[in-house]
Amino acid sequence: MSAPMLEMRGISKTFGAVTALSNVSLRLEAGSVLGLIGDNAAGKSTLMKILAGALRPDSGEILLDGAPVNFAHPIAARDAGIEMIYQDFALVPELTVTQNIFLGREITRSIAGLRVLDRSTMNARSEEMFAALGLRVPAVTLPVQALSGGQQQAVAIARATGFAARLVIMDEPTANLGAPAIARVRETITRLKNAGVAVIIISHRLEDIFAVGDRFMVMKQGHLVGDRNVDDTDNADLVEMIVTGVDARAARDPVADPT
Amino acid sequence: MTHAKTTPTSRAAAPFLDMRKAAVFLVRYGMFIALALWMLAMSLTSEHFLTSTNLLNVARQAAPIVIIGVGMTFVMATAGIDLSVGSLVALVSVLTAAWLVAGLPPLLVIAMVILVGVMLGALNGAIITLGVPAFVVTLAALTSFRGVGFVISEGRAVPISDPIFAFIGRGDVLGINTPLIIAAVVVVVGWFVLNRTRFGLYALATGGREEAARVMGLAITKIKIAVYAITGGLAALAGVVISARLSNGSPNAGMMLELEVIAAVVLGGTSLFGGRATIAGTVVGALLINFVRNGLNLHGVNPYWVQVVTGVILVLAVLMNTVLNRRAEAWARANPEDDREVRK
Ligand SMILES: Nc1ncnc2c1ncn2[C@@H]1O[C@H](COP(=O)(O)OP(=O)(O)O)[C@@H](O)[C@H]1O
Ligand SMILES: [Mg+2]
Repeated sequence: MSAPMLEMRGISKTFGAVTALSNVSLRLEAGSVLGLIGDNAAGKSTLMKILAGALRPDSGEILLDGAPVNFAHPIAARDAGIEMIYQDFALVPELTVTQNIFLGREITRSIAGLRVLDRSTMNARSEEMFAALGLRVPAVTLPVQALSGGQQQAVAIARATGFAARLVIMDEPTANLGAPAIARVRETITRLKNAGVAVIIISHRLEDIFAVGDRFMVMKQGHLVGDRNVDDTDNADLVEMIVTGVDARAARDPVADPT
Repeated sequence: MTHAKTTPTSRAAAPFLDMRKAAVFLVRYGMFIALALWMLAMSLTSEHFLTSTNLLNVARQAAPIVIIGVGMTFVMATAGIDLSVGSLVALVSVLTAAWLVAGLPPLLVIAMVILVGVMLGALNGAIITLGVPAFVVTLAALTSFRGVGFVISEGRAVPISDPIFAFIGRGDVLGINTPLIIAAVVVVVGWFVLNRTRFGLYALATGGREEAARVMGLAITKIKIAVYAITGGLAALAGVVISARLSNGSPNAGMMLELEVIAAVVLGGTSLFGGRATIAGTVVGALLINFVRNGLNLHGVNPYWVQVVTGVILVLAVLMNTVLNRRAEAWARANPEDDREVRK
């Protein structure tokens, strides 16, 4: 059996006295869609920020295609094809749509030896990204603060999917969205999956993961408490794990982690 | 005009949209208009105002404010502030005179004091990135830089008689004063860096939403240190220009200059909260402050009143910058469902 596309092993992270993650492991195959669920403060966002290079773990390792990687920096994770759509979109309100999409990886050209932002190329490229996604914004030259919430999300999605990603992480992508926008997000996830891109969705809305996902992972208080295939579980089963933090099936077949 | 797209609602909304645009325009370009109106009023009421001697004189007075203002625009782009620039001018003025008296070559002296400015600015920035508020760090620097200047000079002004400094302070190239040329070069370079390079973009991103800039991988610490270092270097350059113009090195140089610089930048439309910055606005702000002062002087207004007026302008500018601007921007996007197309 070949190594999975992504493996996180024994990840731990504390913030001062708070243990956000303790010894969490995760495996993900290319083109699969994983739903990461759990109560507030379970550590979902922290785990994904570590994967995206926005936080450093205290211990544990990350392997891509079986090879250890060290994401000291969000740019390193993005260079490895891991993109994250943050819960608050992580957009700079005063910058334009294009400036946000290319932030940190601008296209430049050389004028008399000076590296100058190539604004027209970047604007054209971001228009192509929106066209390819079937998403709309009024203009790629508008500041993001002039856009509605749904349009801002479109910018965040375009940024995460427009650079040949292998894995796209979405933190609460359907929170605060209306039904049509939720349908578009599901479509985007399906499109990514069909293109061989793996997706991790953090969501409170289990129905979204039942609709487009392959697997559930349940977290509670910094621990991974359960792992299910979508076609091998139901709402009640998952909600019980989220609330109690105990996997009833695993109790029959105990694993070596008595904490 | 495509008739097919003109729905009854959009026709009814059109005049409203125009009014909205006008209001946003007024808030955004209010200072440019104010400058034009003030200059018009002054040229109608004073025969001395619209003379090339007077205009050049005012522009030359504005030059140090513009030079430092370019740096301050970058600092404010990152949502920071630097209160220490006036005191740095004083320290540089004292060092310049002392090193010239010690017999160092003038060009070396200039390079050395600019290096001092860059290093002290970087020190400010480094402390700020540790988490101390910029206001506090640079307020402390405000008192200590000038204090060091007084210690070194023992409170005395030292004359500067070097010909290179005479050229920098009072010379001209093809009839244009040297301080003006220096300010113009700083403005052009500053505009280019802010609007056309990664560094300028990153400064704006850092000030606009630091957390977003951080998770996008921008080197926020370096960017912040750099903007204060640049401002320190430019304050030192302004210190050279001011000392050269006054032909002396004095620990009293640049008194209250930080307020004028900040007023100019804010008047010009750079946001106090970061993320939005304009070099052209800073130039206009600096000119406006100096032309207001000059106009009042020409009309024989008591100089102390002129100080009061400068203070009032600063408050108005901040009001415009914060409350009014936010209202106008909110108003401008009050209707996000306008069916606008992707602009080609
Ligand atoms: N930057 C931080 N500083 C301090 N504590 C944090 C930080 N980020 C997260 N935490 C804490 O870590 C725990 C897990 O948070 P998080 O990963 O955001 O949970 P979730 O996304 O599952 O709701 C929480 O107790 C939270 O308060
Ligand atoms: Mg979260």
